[in-house]
Parts: sequence; C-alpha cells; structure tokens
Amino acid sequence: MARPRVKAPKTATAGEVIVVKTLISHPMESGQRKDDAGQIIPRKIIRRFEARYAGTLVFAMDLAPAISANPFIEFNLKPDASGELELTWIEDGGEQYSHSQTITVK
Amino acid sequence: MRRWILGGIGMGLTLGLGATEYPSIPAPEGHPLPELISGYAFRAPETQALQDDDFENPGFLWVEQGAELWATQDGKAGKSCASCHQDAAQSMAGVGARYPRWHDKLGKPVNLEQQINRCRVGAQQAEAWAFDSQPLLAMSTYIRSLSRGEPVAVDVAGPMQAWFEKGREIYYRRHGQLDLACASCHENYGKQLRSDLLSQGHSNGFPTYRLKTQGMVSLHGRFKGCMRDVRAEAYAPLSDEFLALEIYLGWRGNGLPVETPAVRH
Repeated sequence: MARPRVKAPKTATAGEVIVVKTLISHPMESGQRKDDAGQIIPRKIIRRFEARYAGTLVFAMDLAPAISANPFIEFNLKPDASGELELTWIEDGGEQYSHSQTITVK
Repeated sequence: MRRWILGGIGMGLTLGLGATEYPSIPAPEGHPLPELISGYAFRAPETQALQDDDFENPGFLWVEQGAELWATQDGKAGKSCASCHQDAAQSMAGVGARYPRWHDKLGKPVNLEQQINRCRVGAQQAEAWAFDSQPLLAMSTYIRSLSRGEPVAVDVAGPMQAWFEKGREIYYRRHGQLDLACASCHENYGKQLRSDLLSQGHSNGFPTYRLKTQGMVSLHGRFKGCMRDVRAEAYAPLSDEFLALEIYLGWRGNGLPVETPAVRH
C-alpha cells in the first residue's frame, strides 16, 4: 500500500549539490495501538531508507516508530557523473518499495 | 493559492478580532459573516507551508492515486473515467468548485462523492465505492484538486433553495449534550477554544489532509467528527441532512478559492 513520490532533477552540472525530496504513503503502524478487540496491532513501519547513486550508497536512514505516517525524507547529493539514483524503502517484514531514475550530469 | 493570499492581504480587514488580521475577501450582502476567511489563515505557518508546497503536501499522494484510478478500467462495462470524460485536467477543471449541484433526473442535489459513485454504478457498471474508502477519497480529492484556486461556486437558486434552507436550519440548530450549533464555534472565529484557534469552518479545503489523523478527511467525515465532539448522534455520511449542510456551508464559502488538498492540523 506504500506509494513513493520522488522529486529530483533529471539533469545536473558536475559538482552541483542537488536536493532529492521523497515522500511515501505508509501508515507507520507503531505497534503501540490496540484494535477494537483490545489486541495489539503489530508494528509495521518503514524501518530503513537507502539511496544509492551509480551503485554506491550515498544516504541511509533508520526510521523509528515515533515517525508519522507518510514519512518525508529529503537529502542532498553531489553527483560527479551521470548515473542511476535508486531509492529503497524497507518495511518491517522485509518488503521493499523502490524508485529509480537517471540523473544526467553535464 | 499564494496569489490569493497576496490579494487577500490587500483586502484584509480588522473587525474587532483583536490584533490579528487575516487575509479575507468581502462577504456578499446579506451574508451572516462580515468577511470570508479561509481556514488556511488560522493555521500555523508550518502547516501553511506544508500545504503550499505541492511536493511536501501529503494530500498529493491521494491526488496521484486519484489520477491513476481515473485511467483505470473497472466494472462490467470495461470503462475508466477517462473513457467518457477524457483528460480530467480539461473536462474536470472547475467542476469540483460547483458541487453539490442540482440533479434534474433525481430531483435532488448530488455531491461530488455521490456523483462519482453514480458514474461507477451507471456508466461503469462497477460497485459503488464505500464512503471514506481509499479510492473514493482519492478520486474526490483528485477531482476537487483540479479546481484548485477557482472560487467556490455553489448555486443555491431554484430547487436548491429548499435544501439551502434545511442546511441553514441544521447549521444554526444546537446539537448534542454540549448544546452547540455549528455557528456557536464558527461565528466566534479568531477566538480560542482551549488550545484551538477557531476558524470560520469553511469547506473550501476539503477533502483535507489532517495532521492529527495523518490521512485525508472528507467533509462528511468532518461533520461526523464535529457532531461527535459536541456529543450528539451524528447523521449518516451522505445522508440528506449532511448534504443540505454541505450545500449551505458551500454557499457560506462561495468566492473562497478551492484549496484541495488543504493541510490542517
């Protein structure tokens, strides 16, 4: 049920610092809540976010249960050469959501 | 949005609300309010900033899902919304600002959610989406968002008049154990209700992304919440009572820009 949204430039000049903004729809179920029957709703959060550029890990983040639903993550990137930006959101239980796009460096 | 705020500041009036000035538009003659102020103006700058940025605004997750659903075939007729209405950016521009509208064949008004479901059951021969289900919220948010910046224009003339009167009656009637009418709070806008700053309670931002529930809130869902808060038994969503209230409330905000998806706390 998670849907990523990503905003990153398609082109950049070498050495330029670009901003990558990401937003993913996710309930970030904290594991603290109970359902109508009083049973604990199991924790299910995005527990890790990773960004790879041209195969190299450039940004990673461990997320905690207190982070709100639909987490917004923004980071900077300085691409020296053209490459593929691969973003991965890893959910509790191991399911992954991903987005990739090419950034052309002139 | 930003254009409106700038325009609004120029027209801003102070009407005995203390030191705070809100961007407003003048109310038409005979309107119960001296000026019309969007709920946007009563929220914190951080919340406003979230609404203003089309990327950071989480409501756009629903807008995008709605756009996908628009092009998705469903039902026995094998049609998508686009099969009849083509490109929503053109065919639906300004449409959301005019709902609820009178429906001649039905002999009663329909709101946007009801019209979406009429298309689903009629043209698409698909099952109606349940109230507040993810797809219905996504589709109504998407269609309303295509009127963003357009002034709300609910027509209450002709046969709509009876519904308008009924809505006004509900708006001013006290409900529940707390004995409060809609007007008890929303005609006292600019004042604090404990920690909450009261707005004029307009519908121009609905469906709205609410930070508290971290999801989209439909207008009838909000009505239900308000009635629960005054300890009343709420009318059913999409009932005639809420539809009448939606029509009256829409009229109260006629002229304010549609802000869907707005962000509120």
